[in-house]
Amino acid sequence: MATSSRLGPVRAGQEAPTGTLDGLLAAKEIVIACGPGGVGKTTTAASAGVMAAVHHGGKVLVLTVDPAKRLATALGLEGIGNTERRVPADAFRSSGVRPRGELWVAMLDTKQSWDDLIRRHAPDKQTRDEILANPLYDNISGRFVASHDYIAMERLYEIHSEGDYDLIVVDTPPTRNALDFLDAPQRLADFFSSRLLRWLIVPYRSRLVNVATKPFYQVADRILGTQFLADISEFFILFQSMYAGFVERAEAVKRLLSDRRTTFMVVSTLEGVPLREAEFFAEELTSRDLHLGAMVLNKVLPSYLQGAEAARVAEALKERADELAAAMSPVLASVDGPLGDPDQIRRVLTEVADSFLNFRVVARREAEEQTHLGASPEVVATVPFFDTDIFDLAGLVRLGQQIWT
Amino acid sequence: MTALLDHKLLFVTGKGGVGKTTVASALALFASQQGKRVLICEVDAKGDVSGFYEAPPTSFAEREILPGLFAMTMDTEASLREYLKLQLRIPVVGRIGPLAKAFDFVATAAPGVREILTVGKFCYEVRERTYDLVVVDAPASGHIISQLAAPQAINDLVKVGLIRSQTDWMLEILSDPDTTGLIAVCTPEEMPVTETIELAGRIREETTVELSAVVVNRVLPELFGQHEEAVFDALSGAGPTDDLAELVGGDPRPVLEAARLAVTMRRTRTTHLERLRRGIDAQVPMLYLPYLFTRLHGLRTTRQVAASLGEELGY
Repeated sequence: MATSSRLGPVRAGQEAPTGTLDGLLAAKEIVIACGPGGVGKTTTAASAGVMAAVHHGGKVLVLTVDPAKRLATALGLEGIGNTERRVPADAFRSSGVRPRGELWVAMLDTKQSWDDLIRRHAPDKQTRDEILANPLYDNISGRFVASHDYIAMERLYEIHSEGDYDLIVVDTPPTRNALDFLDAPQRLADFFSSRLLRWLIVPYRSRLVNVATKPFYQVADRILGTQFLADISEFFILFQSMYAGFVERAEAVKRLLSDRRTTFMVVSTLEGVPLREAEFFAEELTSRDLHLGAMVLNKVLPSYLQGAEAARVAEALKERADELAAAMSPVLASVDGPLGDPDQIRRVLTEVADSFLNFRVVARREAEEQTHLGASPEVVATVPFFDTDIFDLAGLVRLGQQIWT
Repeated sequence: MTALLDHKLLFVTGKGGVGKTTVASALALFASQQGKRVLICEVDAKGDVSGFYEAPPTSFAEREILPGLFAMTMDTEASLREYLKLQLRIPVVGRIGPLAKAFDFVATAAPGVREILTVGKFCYEVRERTYDLVVVDAPASGHIISQLAAPQAINDLVKVGLIRSQTDWMLEILSDPDTTGLIAVCTPEEMPVTETIELAGRIREETTVELSAVVVNRVLPELFGQHEEAVFDALSGAGPTDDLAELVGGDPRPVLEAARLAVTMRRTRTTHLERLRRGIDAQVPMLYLPYLFTRLHGLRTTRQVAASLGEELGY
């Protein structure tokens, strides 16, 4: 249940961005949701996708990374891996809307995506099998954190280039550094074209160690052991056979991210640390000439907490608790005898007032944060604090309605 | 179990956004207030830790920022340099650049290599007994496992070499529950609770480190007892609310509405808390920290959280 929508989210007196998410999503083919962890990024991305399917029609895909279990169940995402699956139109019934288009969902399976990538780029069957069986490859594809960043973008490119969807909404993996996934294609390209990498490989290829590289090998051998170094080299030699394919692909992914049809949706809350991170991310997008389409601010406390009259009332409830309790005692006693206990009424009035004043401090800080938002996207949308978790289509629609127009 | 602050090395982790850095900073502050010599280390290098102490940015070189409290930021290249010098006695200090870059490549393929430089630094500080306690503001839940499992992973991958010989003493420190512990920070919300339960399972299965405590952050206060809630419900009725409005000379509805919101939020969160308690080994203590209705973050907040932590720990 939403906190009564008539009370509405906080709207601070910033120069209001003119766009709507409705308009933005109608004009784009790819929306990439990004931002700090723990702010409702996955839910917001799913919600935007649902709204586009409902209002714009066409085929909409939500590509998500790590949804909450109940949300995954609601969307039929459990155990489907990389397969795209349509959310049946029936599933929308409980939410009271009839989608004009089709909603499709898919989850990102990092390991499987890497395997697919190897199959596509390997020059021959033997190289392919050797790579897939290499223990270092297992590490890179399964556990290496940055590989998630790359593979998410790679999957997006793959799906987009097949041309099956009108709109793809992508939820990005939680990254240590928000920029990691933007740089991932470039880093991968750099990685495989590096001179240092060739240094590392050369002696095991030609068994020739020149004067320049000798000190390096002495140290590396001593630290890592010759066998390990040889394992690494073998892995890189195998990978090098796919170098051209990888670099070309990484370049294409990079182009897609800066394409006019792609936009970014930064998701945050108004809490200090996540908001700083989101702002930093928005700045970076702008400085890279990427399109900062929307900023969605989640979990915003209701605006009535900021009312001056309400604050005066709360202060009065606190200061005059004794007197008010005495006066209210007969009123409540007439509802039900035991409710007339003045001591208890006094405690309730004080608690209620304290709670209001407490939340008011937070609400005002957040409003202040929003006023000074250091980013200028086309759309700024706020979502009120929902007091229950969102775990079904009805919840996604409810959230979506808050950010849509 | 060993009392939390009697450990020598404590990793603090949690899902993004739950207040991991706040808790790590507060824990280190509280320990230093108890007269311990404490090192807090930030692994992610976001520069948040210094903000929590209102101190200038930290670097790899430890610096005393409050009495008895030292802070540093992890930097794997600097750690490699120190490692080579102190542990392996390899004199390449002058020309670390190319080596560090090459190391980067190796680390990309074998994640354990980079992680071990991080974990190794902490283990080293523990072994040298420079500090009574090292508190690590560790990476978020997903990444901590690979970091803590690194020495074992290296042991499996590297059969010979100097690094191999280094992992044994690290494993000894990490595996000793009297020395090393992990603290999972959580908030009473669906995803953080689910991830914390998963994390506890993976810690048990994939690492040798013990889960020493779960810190539940941002717990909302219970506004009313059962009987008081009946009074509140009656007060919220149309008639009594109008009477109250007349008495105070203003509309009390927003104030009552806010209390209603607080009650519902608390209730939803309670179900998640119960799920958390059921999902975590009963031996693992849970520490509850209140939601802070403060204006700003900074040393003021860190002090408040430190005080709450102290109370929960029974000081």
